[in-house]
Amino acid sequence: MFVELNNLLNTTPDRAEQGKLTLLCDAKTDGSFLVHHFLSFYLKANCKVCFVALIQSFSHYSIVGQKLGVSLTMARERGQLVFLEGLKSAVDVVFQAQKEPHPLQFLREANAGNLKPLFEFVREALKPVDSGEARWTYPVLLVDDLSVLLSLGMGAVAVLDFIHYCRATVCWELKASILYLMQGNMVVLVHDSGDAEDEENDILLNGLSHQSHLILRAEGLATGFCRDVHGQLRILWRRPSQPAVHRDQSFTYQYKIQDKSVSFFAKGMSPAVL
Amino acid sequence: MAAVATCGSVAASTGSAVATASKSNVTSFQRRGPRASVTNDSGPRLVSIAGTRPSVRNGQLLVSTGLPALDQLLGGGLAVGTVLLIEEDKYNIYSPLLFKYFLAEGIVNGHTLLVASAKEDPANILQELPAPLLDDKCKKEFDEDVYNHKTPESNIKMKIAWRYQLLPKMEIGPVSSSRFGHYYDASKRMPQELIEASNWHGFFLPEKISSTLKVEPCSLTPGYTKLLQFIQNIIYEEGFDGSNPQKKQRNILRIGIQNLGSPLWGDDICCAENGGNSHSLTKFLYVLRGLLRTSLSACIITMPTHLIQNKAIIARVTTLSDVVVGLESFIGSERETNPLYKDYHGLIHIRQIPRLNNLICDESDVKDLAFKLKRKLFTIEVDFIS
Repeated sequence: MFVELNNLLNTTPDRAEQGKLTLLCDAKTDGSFLVHHFLSFYLKANCKVCFVALIQSFSHYSIVGQKLGVSLTMARERGQLVFLEGLKSAVDVVFQAQKEPHPLQFLREANAGNLKPLFEFVREALKPVDSGEARWTYPVLLVDDLSVLLSLGMGAVAVLDFIHYCRATVCWELKASILYLMQGNMVVLVHDSGDAEDEENDILLNGLSHQSHLILRAEGLATGFCRDVHGQLRILWRRPSQPAVHRDQSFTYQYKIQDKSVSFFAKGMSPAVL
Repeated sequence: MAAVATCGSVAASTGSAVATASKSNVTSFQRRGPRASVTNDSGPRLVSIAGTRPSVRNGQLLVSTGLPALDQLLGGGLAVGTVLLIEEDKYNIYSPLLFKYFLAEGIVNGHTLLVASAKEDPANILQELPAPLLDDKCKKEFDEDVYNHKTPESNIKMKIAWRYQLLPKMEIGPVSSSRFGHYYDASKRMPQELIEASNWHGFFLPEKISSTLKVEPCSLTPGYTKLLQFIQNIIYEEGFDGSNPQKKQRNILRIGIQNLGSPLWGDDICCAENGGNSHSLTKFLYVLRGLLRTSLSACIITMPTHLIQNKAIIARVTTLSDVVVGLESFIGSERETNPLYKDYHGLIHIRQIPRLNNLICDESDVKDLAFKLKRKLFTIEVDFIS
């Protein structure tokens, strides 16, 4: 995790807010550093993480995770991390007939209606284990990234339904006759296609923006490529329950990504410029 | 720590890359130890594959694209397991050249080739590959070219050419040896014996589409489905993904797919804005990415993106590819007669470079690049005009 980003978001792994949906968005730049941040953040916070990684392989996240101080292989071995490697599973699904429903079953179907198998997978992964003692603090679902599901033939409404079901399960859950509040968190990444006129993506992005509690938007600079400032990060808190004055807070910072960390500074205050 | 390989010798970085490979799942980003082989070995052996080198940044395995200038712009080369997408120029004159350079590099290095096309028979494509330039001839070519430029920008140009000149001087010997990145003479053909000595597989769509192979239901257009099955078959049969216990492969598979997305592949994204098959291409690219990430292969795809009607698909295709390079030729545009551009044949745009196993990538500082087919060589230079 990036310590500077924790300071900006006013959180630490020990006292993070629960029951929240965080939306990561990138426009004209690569926002994947935010995914790495949250993955290492929640692993350090001792949460049970279900990571639906659709766009890169396990070793990619693992190697970057090592730079950020978490070992994904060890987390997976001790059961803290449930990793769905989308690329590998897609190859399995497409080339071999599966006996039981596979999370990426929709790849085999011409007109797949919904993402139900994927939701079942997530629910199974984050189900609290009846071992008596609570090993993990709270469950977290991390998805990288949702726009890929649109490329694979799912409609925006199907993806929004999937997120809705996941929120209902991860953020609250009823267990048999006991009301069991899991209060987990969700972090999803969606690309903003900008002027590419991707209507489905716009629907998805707008729908999620209204539901999320925290939006982190990584944008490329309007003036183009710069060696010392890689982009701009807009942080938007949405607190529907607060009075209107405190409801939506927005901050903008510029950032530069380095080998193992990201440094943030106020607009125009890059160390290279001063 | 295995991941800290930003400095240090090449051997150290490959050693650390192999060490992580032996613990975790085998992927193409790391040199694999002989996992499939007998366990009598005490540890992973450093097996060097011809025509590859580890990246200076993180020890990732790189192959040459066939154009040393493009290799430098991409941060050393094309990473094994990734896709290089070439957005074709308007009249498809220069993109086949890049395609052929990639394949020619494979033949010279002894890699296995897989050539897929819906337009031309792969055997004909291989006959038209450019001939590699041998060492002494290559140096002479560069000396001549450097002296020809007397313009004020010649200082910078010579600096770029100087870097190229380093490459021939360092290795002396036959062409098909340990050098990374060769130069090709576009006016001559690859010698027949080199082509015949190479191991290649061709996929010519009109032939394959008529055969009645068992097709798994997949909701892609039939051409894409057949191509995916063909690629997966070759990868498995020849052991590029390490899962075949009979075959231990220590070579790279270079896949070349020409004109993907054109109507000849049965796809209608170039014809209609909201066709019925609008997800076929992106699904194909996704499954292809899955196949590449788990095998020792690299892929070049040329795509006529200027014909795709729906701009959203271009954005999605870009996200699903790793390296995206766009070619814009001046033919037929007003820039052709513009005296400022008279030395160049077109612009080359590096639209995307992947961040693999890393938070950062090796982006070149220069974004204005022009290319020209200079007598026999395809060169990429900094364009100071725009």
